[in-house]
Amino acid sequence: MQILKLIFKSAFRHKLRTFLTVLGVTIAILAFGLLRTVISAWYAGVEASSASRLVSRNAVSLVFPLPLSYKEKIRQVEGVKRVSYGTWFGGIYIDEKNFFANYAVEPKIYLEMYPELIIPRDQLAAFLRDRKAAVAGRKLAERFGWKIGDIITLKGTIFPGNWDFVLRGIYKGRDQTVDETAFFFHWDYLNEVLKKAGRSWAGQVGWYMIEINNPNIAADVSLRIDKMFKNSLAETLTETEKAFQLGFISMSEAIVIAIQLVSFVIIFIIMAVVANTMAMTARERIGEYAIFKTLGFGAFHISGLIFGESLVITMTGAFLGIGLTFPAAKIFSKGLTQFFPIFNVEHKTIVLDVIAALIVAVVAAIFPAWRATKIRIADGLRRIG
Amino acid sequence: MESKPIVEIRNLVKSYRRGGQILPVLTDISLDVAEGEFLALMGPSGSGKTTLLNLIAGIDRADSGLINIGGIDIASLSETELARWRAANVGFIFQFYNLIPVLTAFENVELPLTLTGLSKKERRDHAEAALSVVNLSDRMEHYPGQLSGGQQQRVAIARAVVTDPTILVADEPTGDLDRTSAEEILELMERLVHELGKTIIMVTHDPRAAKKAHIIRHLDKGVLSANTQADF
Repeated sequence: MQILKLIFKSAFRHKLRTFLTVLGVTIAILAFGLLRTVISAWYAGVEASSASRLVSRNAVSLVFPLPLSYKEKIRQVEGVKRVSYGTWFGGIYIDEKNFFANYAVEPKIYLEMYPELIIPRDQLAAFLRDRKAAVAGRKLAERFGWKIGDIITLKGTIFPGNWDFVLRGIYKGRDQTVDETAFFFHWDYLNEVLKKAGRSWAGQVGWYMIEINNPNIAADVSLRIDKMFKNSLAETLTETEKAFQLGFISMSEAIVIAIQLVSFVIIFIIMAVVANTMAMTARERIGEYAIFKTLGFGAFHISGLIFGESLVITMTGAFLGIGLTFPAAKIFSKGLTQFFPIFNVEHKTIVLDVIAALIVAVVAAIFPAWRATKIRIADGLRRIG
Repeated sequence: MESKPIVEIRNLVKSYRRGGQILPVLTDISLDVAEGEFLALMGPSGSGKTTLLNLIAGIDRADSGLINIGGIDIASLSETELARWRAANVGFIFQFYNLIPVLTAFENVELPLTLTGLSKKERRDHAEAALSVVNLSDRMEHYPGQLSGGQQQRVAIARAVVTDPTILVADEPTGDLDRTSAEEILELMERLVHELGKTIIMVTHDPRAAKKAHIIRHLDKGVLSANTQADF
């Protein structure tokens, strides 16, 4: 117990130096935690994907549609349970900076296939009844102060014109991993207007959402669907929802890698800072370590003192950093909702924070500990006085 | 003194390497110290006194020769064994006290006991007893920085005796003290010899300090003189 007390007392012997080192570790762990949370937010869509949902889109590109007539054909493929469809609408609410995802979907089955979106029964019924109805996520409604019954006008970018919707429902996510910033409305409404205007997207959909009986047959079902439309005017590319989401992320992979690199560079820098502190500390205390050796303390004890002190300083900073990550993430989340609908500090991030801090503490103490244990007692004692 | 030798040194040789040169420090030293004896080692700076003390205390290694302390040939011990042996058999008193500044007087005295298997209560009892021997029971919770030089040296003596070691080695124990404090420390060391039967080997420049010893030996250029009976 006395050794532990000695470690704590020694760690705070040079108050200013320890304070600055702890501050450095706190900021580094906070920055590391936030960057890891950004990476997690990037992959949030992938994490929220269901293994029993497939997405079938035009094999050339997502910007090309598929005929509505494919729906029945896909439904008849062995292993397929239900089929729905949607189209990316890309509407703007008042101003471009108010970006949020908005989709025209076949409402009934589509929402049934997403049990993680929880809509009150009466609101769902109202939404299904009204062709001009829409449902919005809780965070999106809060962001713009929307209430049930409000008329929301989106300015079309892909499909020009002003599109009015009546907000009939507000959904909540089943858990924290569900995006609560999306906006859904009836595909029929979009199709009706496009038909009247004689536009090419009439009778076409952006993608099919397919529910399968068993996640293990996803590859077989995908192959069957794609084979069925081989050599047609609109060949399909069918993949799991996860692979579909990963496809989006791969477009911005370089950014994700850069963020990951920066997060590791931060840890490397703080490792150098803590190592410098520990090297200074050990150099100043060589005489003291010689006294410990004289009294019979061995290399194990001397190393323990140095590693212990490094751990106390680093973990104090780390826990402060972790503690600050939560409020900081909340502030970030509010400012970045349109880019990162899900911005939660995951358990995985905290574990990574702790592991990074432990590595920093241990690596920073290796050289000073080695030096302290190797010094001859007589040489160490000569440094005193 | 006619007790059997507790320290037996035979043909001890020690040299240092500086750059490419070998500098002899101790040449063929032989020395016996009896149990309960107070020996003073004197000599000019660089004569090898501290080196000899370090070798006896097991904090340095000789080139050749025998050092037998309490029946143990310490040259044959590994570093780990030597550390354990020091913890159990040697009490150190340094010129600059060498207390740990972040520990109280009590904690400094208790420190060597953490290497023993004693319980917390036993450690407390031993440390309190050692501090009472040096008359510092009322300063147990003081940090070294809150004590005078003489008081710090008394704490260091308490730390040296707390494990009841075979020998006490003291390197210029009064070198950093004023005359009154030095006198107090020397009286305390005398008490340790006379009342507790401790064996002390002390290196000193100070003839007044040396006079307190039973035997004075002079070292000059690595060679030890014949016994001189102290005049006391």
